[in-house]
Amino acid sequence: MLLTHYEEIAAVILFGIGLTMLILNRNMIKKIIGFSMTDSAIFLYLAAKGYISGRKAPIVENGITAMEAYINPIPSGLVLTGIVVSVASSAVLLALTVRLYKRYHTLDLDEMTRLAQAEEAD
Amino acid sequence: MDLWQSIPLLLVILPLVSACLCPALPRRGAQVFCGGILALSCLAATIFMPAITSLGASYTYSMGHFPAPWGNELRAGPLESRMSWFFMLVLLLTFLGGLRCLNHDIPEKKTSVFCATLLLIASGLNAQVYTNDLFTAYVFLEITTLAAVSQIASRPGGRPLLSSARYMIMNMVGSSLFLLGVILLYDLTGHLLMSPIQQSVSALVESGQYHTPLTLVVALITVGLGIKSALFPFHAWVSDSYSQGTPMGSAIMAALVSKGYLFLMLKVIYRVIGRENFAATGVDTVLFIFALLGMVLGSILAIRQTDLRRMVAYSSVAQIGYIYMGLSLNTDAGMMAAVFHMIAHAVCKSMLFLTCDGLIAVSPSSRLRDLEGSGFRAPLTGAAFTVGALSMVGFPFLGGFSSKVNFALSAVDLQDPRTFLVLAVLVISTWLHTLYFLRAVITIYRRSPEDTVSKGHLHRGFCYSLSLVMLILLNVTLGVMSQPLINVLRSGLTLFG
Repeated sequence: MLLTHYEEIAAVILFGIGLTMLILNRNMIKKIIGFSMTDSAIFLYLAAKGYISGRKAPIVENGITAMEAYINPIPSGLVLTGIVVSVASSAVLLALTVRLYKRYHTLDLDEMTRLAQAEEAD
Repeated sequence: MDLWQSIPLLLVILPLVSACLCPALPRRGAQVFCGGILALSCLAATIFMPAITSLGASYTYSMGHFPAPWGNELRAGPLESRMSWFFMLVLLLTFLGGLRCLNHDIPEKKTSVFCATLLLIASGLNAQVYTNDLFTAYVFLEITTLAAVSQIASRPGGRPLLSSARYMIMNMVGSSLFLLGVILLYDLTGHLLMSPIQQSVSALVESGQYHTPLTLVVALITVGLGIKSALFPFHAWVSDSYSQGTPMGSAIMAALVSKGYLFLMLKVIYRVIGRENFAATGVDTVLFIFALLGMVLGSILAIRQTDLRRMVAYSSVAQIGYIYMGLSLNTDAGMMAAVFHMIAHAVCKSMLFLTCDGLIAVSPSSRLRDLEGSGFRAPLTGAAFTVGALSMVGFPFLGGFSSKVNFALSAVDLQDPRTFLVLAVLVISTWLHTLYFLRAVITIYRRSPEDTVSKGHLHRGFCYSLSLVMLILLNVTLGVMSQPLINVLRSGLTLFG
């Protein structure tokens, strides 16, 4: 039964990959990709949990107002809000990366630290 | 519903809307505007305190008039009102104190944006204090984080940029874990409002179902918030972030931003999971061990520093350890001590970071040995630093002493093996604190042989002096007259759950 929850399994695997990338990868762009993956995985999980098979998106159509016709709108709403937050965070991190690249001409975080220390020692 | 009951909403909305207007203003205008809004928020929080005390209860404020399980709510009580007041007051005083160095620390065209981030932090803090909805808490958590990142990055140079990137990455890890915890909890309980979640969680714990997922949720939320507030093993970003920002930015981040996350943690323990359920997961034991390690190792890391700002930054790790220790004891006295220490540490650390910068400004560099005699060149700054350092050490009549007494009393109340452990670590940690803070105080008051090479006297203006004097007074008040505040916090905590 557990194995048929394909979306949830995919979400957990994606979250693991994303988090590992975010923490362990030294490349800034890959870190940002990892971050986006963790957030997307959470949204996938949420969307999968919020879906009730056989029901439609919570937009009233053809005058059908019966509650049973539609899925719960709150998880979808949360996903939307979460996407906005995630986009804002990625944007700030990307902007920082651009400024760092302009200054150090590398995307490697360890290399940047080394250059910054060398700069300070001068 | 009376008009004053809308003040929590005002405290969230007013800085948020003002932050949108702020970047459009010229430099000077933005500073005045930002100061005005902060003063207004502080005033509103001041009016709110006696009103909520006379009400004698906490109340929920539902937004958009949707009833309980669906809508979005704010909840206010005596504890929240005090917390929000202290946050706003310290923010205002830090703003006044850091205003002068802001002008030469960051480029002119960025000042307006910097003021906007300050207002965003104010809004985020108030939202974290007052919200009764877990997802709203997450959103404002992120707003606070992004604002804090831009505060560090606004200083020119490579190091601040690099520190802000590191800070941001660690915080993103924390946010992701927190979000995952919240979503799993929503999945388990079907609620986002805190009080309904607690009912469902209690029902789950009683029936014995979903024990592992529940433990996972608590662990994820705790680790997420722990990373964001620099709990011991996740503290690697602290020294760079706190020492590279503008003095105002460092003071706000160390004193307030981390306290917002801690208050949210308190809320999770009390209102979302419930204290018994939190203890049932066993996460409190892990937290207890991390906190004790942080109290000792944070101080040891601070001793090894040769740079004044880094030293003060690492002492935050130890102090955050104290707060987590209080939370993990999971007793009334422990919780009260933790909340009191959040306030005492906020008041003290903001002053320390402001004065650090003042002392460095009259010295050749920020290294400890170059600071000799700086206490004489900047007398008020030196005095304020001494007061802050003594308070951190736990000198009587200062805020830090009251919180150490509270922690010790809460440990004695335990009557189990943890009592001895907590008392022993308190003693060791106090001793280590004394070692490095007194070393710093002695250094700044040692007359260097070549005192003639001093960089002259400090000119920071009236606002800086006013803010330092007010912060010193606050510290002394917290130490001498702590009992009324303790009583309010104690009664506030009973209404908090």
